[in-house]
Amino acid sequence: MTTPLIDARSLHVAYPQRGFRRQPIEIVHGVDFQIDAGETLGIVGESGSGKTTIGRAILGLAPVSGGSITFEGRDISHASGAQRRALAKDIQVVFQDPYSSLNPAMTIGRTLAEPLMVQGWDKAKATARVLELLDRVGLPKNAAARLPREFSGGQRQRVAIARALAPGPRLIICDEPVSGLDLSTQATVLDLFIEIQRDTGVAYMFISHDLAVIRHISHRVGVVFRGDIVEQGTCAEVTNNPQNPYTQRLLLAAPVANPQAQRARRLERQRLREEHENIYGGLAKLAERGIAKAVAHPR
Amino acid sequence: MATDEARKSVLHRLLRDPQAVITASILLATIALGLLANVLPQHGPNDVVFGNVNLPTGSPGYPFGANQLGQDIFARVLHSINTAWVSALIGASVALVVGTTFGLIGGYFTRLRSGVEWVFTVVMTLPGILLLILLMPLTGGDFRATMLIYGFLMSPGVYRIVRNQTIGVSKELYVDAAKVSGVTHTRILFRHILSVVRGPIIIATSFLTGTAIGVQAGLAFLGVGSAEIASFGGMISQGFRAINIDPMQFIWPSIFLGLITANIVLFGNALRDALEGSRPKPQKITATQTTEGFSAEVSGPADELAVLQVRDLGIAYKSPAGVLNEVVRGVNLTIRQGETIGLVGESGSGKTQTAFGILGVLPLEAKVTRGSVRIEGNECLGAPEPVLRALRGNTIAYVPQEPMSNLDPVYTIGSQLVEGIRAADGCTKPEARERAIELLGRVGIPNPQRVFKSYPHEISGGMAQRVLIAGAVASRPKILIADEPTTALDVTVQAEILDLLRELQEEMNMAIIMVTHNFGVVADICDRIAVMKQGQIVETGQIEELFANPSHEYTKMLLDSILDEDTIRTDPPVRQGANQ
Repeated sequence: MTTPLIDARSLHVAYPQRGFRRQPIEIVHGVDFQIDAGETLGIVGESGSGKTTIGRAILGLAPVSGGSITFEGRDISHASGAQRRALAKDIQVVFQDPYSSLNPAMTIGRTLAEPLMVQGWDKAKATARVLELLDRVGLPKNAAARLPREFSGGQRQRVAIARALAPGPRLIICDEPVSGLDLSTQATVLDLFIEIQRDTGVAYMFISHDLAVIRHISHRVGVVFRGDIVEQGTCAEVTNNPQNPYTQRLLLAAPVANPQAQRARRLERQRLREEHENIYGGLAKLAERGIAKAVAHPR
Repeated sequence: MATDEARKSVLHRLLRDPQAVITASILLATIALGLLANVLPQHGPNDVVFGNVNLPTGSPGYPFGANQLGQDIFARVLHSINTAWVSALIGASVALVVGTTFGLIGGYFTRLRSGVEWVFTVVMTLPGILLLILLMPLTGGDFRATMLIYGFLMSPGVYRIVRNQTIGVSKELYVDAAKVSGVTHTRILFRHILSVVRGPIIIATSFLTGTAIGVQAGLAFLGVGSAEIASFGGMISQGFRAINIDPMQFIWPSIFLGLITANIVLFGNALRDALEGSRPKPQKITATQTTEGFSAEVSGPADELAVLQVRDLGIAYKSPAGVLNEVVRGVNLTIRQGETIGLVGESGSGKTQTAFGILGVLPLEAKVTRGSVRIEGNECLGAPEPVLRALRGNTIAYVPQEPMSNLDPVYTIGSQLVEGIRAADGCTKPEARERAIELLGRVGIPNPQRVFKSYPHEISGGMAQRVLIAGAVASRPKILIADEPTTALDVTVQAEILDLLRELQEEMNMAIIMVTHNFGVVADICDRIAVMKQGQIVETGQIEELFANPSHEYTKMLLDSILDEDTIRTDPPVRQGANQ
């Protein structure tokens, strides 16, 4: 078997707290996942679940407090500054907010050239590459001389994608890259992601709260709930036939743009909730008497 | 290139500000006078001529007169100007370099922050002037050495500004993106952070300059430093002693010192305005502004059953050129009791502006150009504010998109709810309190008593939205306008909020206008849908019908863009060795 691109084992992430002898806050409680070359691992979860933190740990922007992350067999969980800069060629990122992810004072051309310049490209080659990248993401050539504020959210996100593609990476961490976009823009940007993946063989870790987006782009899916991956498998397995009760709830909570289907889904969700309330309500009563404490307070 | 452009426009703004132009000219003139200190006067600053003791102002060769030692006051004033500017230069640049360097370090490298912070706190506690006097033996009375030390004493001020700005900018995603791109820390600090913190630094510098001049003069007044060096402080002190003989000896240096320090402060203020822009005025809600000669007109029959009838509504904003641009262009909307209508569109389609127009809470710059808004048959456009306020409290209510930013963090949730309830129906405080707790329970908050006493930051976003819904339905409104009420929330929370709105609607028979971009939400809760594009409603219909058979091209395009629930990615991953 070939080594996966990314192999995370029992990954813990904890942020140190300010103040004397205060315990760090653990956000991610030991997750395992692999990303193979050329595939998309979808990470779905709600706000505060830790899905973004998992991505940031791979990028070296969040502190790994336990376990390991390896990239092509090399341990990168505590990579030094110099190692990180070398990794920049292989691991890139597209953030959610296309407004704060581009420096408002830098032209698109300079933003795109920066990662190339730090990799030691000469100016002429970098300029040529910038034009090629703009073309790749469907932006006009004259965009290079313009400022981010002259572009719409969708166009800015294309710039962010171009920046991530610049050094020819093997993996791009995509942190909610289409959540801030309008519906019609969202679909075209997603298609761009897929097209680029087919052409270049880049792998994605695609983080989103939107199951429809995840289904659209992922080969495999991991469901994050309160710092744990509660369910993981192929896209079809996880999203068509979820085993974990949280995944089931998540699936039924997403409204579908079809009035009849949505009515059915809503009734199913309400039925499931009542069932859940009956079970846990009963357990809570038992717990009050000191029985079944552990069961009544599931994570 | 971009920063050049920004800089150019700052210079442009400065040149158009009379305060900046006048103060800068005066300051430049004093500098020019100082540079000519060895040319203009006929005597050196320390030349002592005993025959000329206490010459009055206007004496030949002594335009400002002479002092008790027979020295030329004019010459001494010009040399004092040089002393002042050199002091300013040394003091401000030391403070600037030290403060900025460590501010960047302390702001950017979190690990070093507490150490740097500690050092600057210690520096801040040092008694400045006293220390400078005590260090006299070390500086030998040279004002330049003194100002060098004073620069260090002023650096904590710059440090604080730069550190705070840097912490803010470091959290921007583009700094993270640069880190991921392998950009070195030094380069990030210079390219991405310094450019943003530059403005505040420039402003601080102008004020530091004034402080340095003042402190140098103060020290010289106290007699710290060499008497050989002409300085405003020393001259004023000397003039004091001769005040009974000739007050002008004291007035001349005071005028120049005052002129320089006052102009530095005024120029600093002008600079601040140019760099940061004048502060925006707080938004004030007033009755909706209408264009001149506006009168609400209704064509067509009035719908007797409608609780809200919007006819041909037009809302415009003035462009910088002064032309009115319509962002809402003739919207028609009718809604009956108990009905839910989805107002759907992409960003910039005018859906929120329409909602604000109905509520009568458009910003001051907005103008209603045409149309009519009738709530239960009463015309709202052009109605006086008290009438609208009564309407907003009782008949029409609003649930916003961002629950957290719509709760005041300083007050408890209870007090905010009580205030709203009392404003709407004027009941007593205990009554309002009882109602608020009852409402909190009604909107599904598990422990209403506790949440009543909590502050907004102590509850989750979903809970905050429930609180706002409780506030909105407190007076059992006829119409509820919900502007993307679930967009900021998780899907599981969204589902619960939609359930809650549905229950409340059945209970109170409200009409709901649901402004949203999410067709799933529309399918879940709406009876009818109105699709907006560029300020117009392009299509409206019952949801089953519209989802099945959209007639307008734009609606079709939007529905096609929805990621189909049934499609799932099937193509296998591209394997290794693919071309780059």
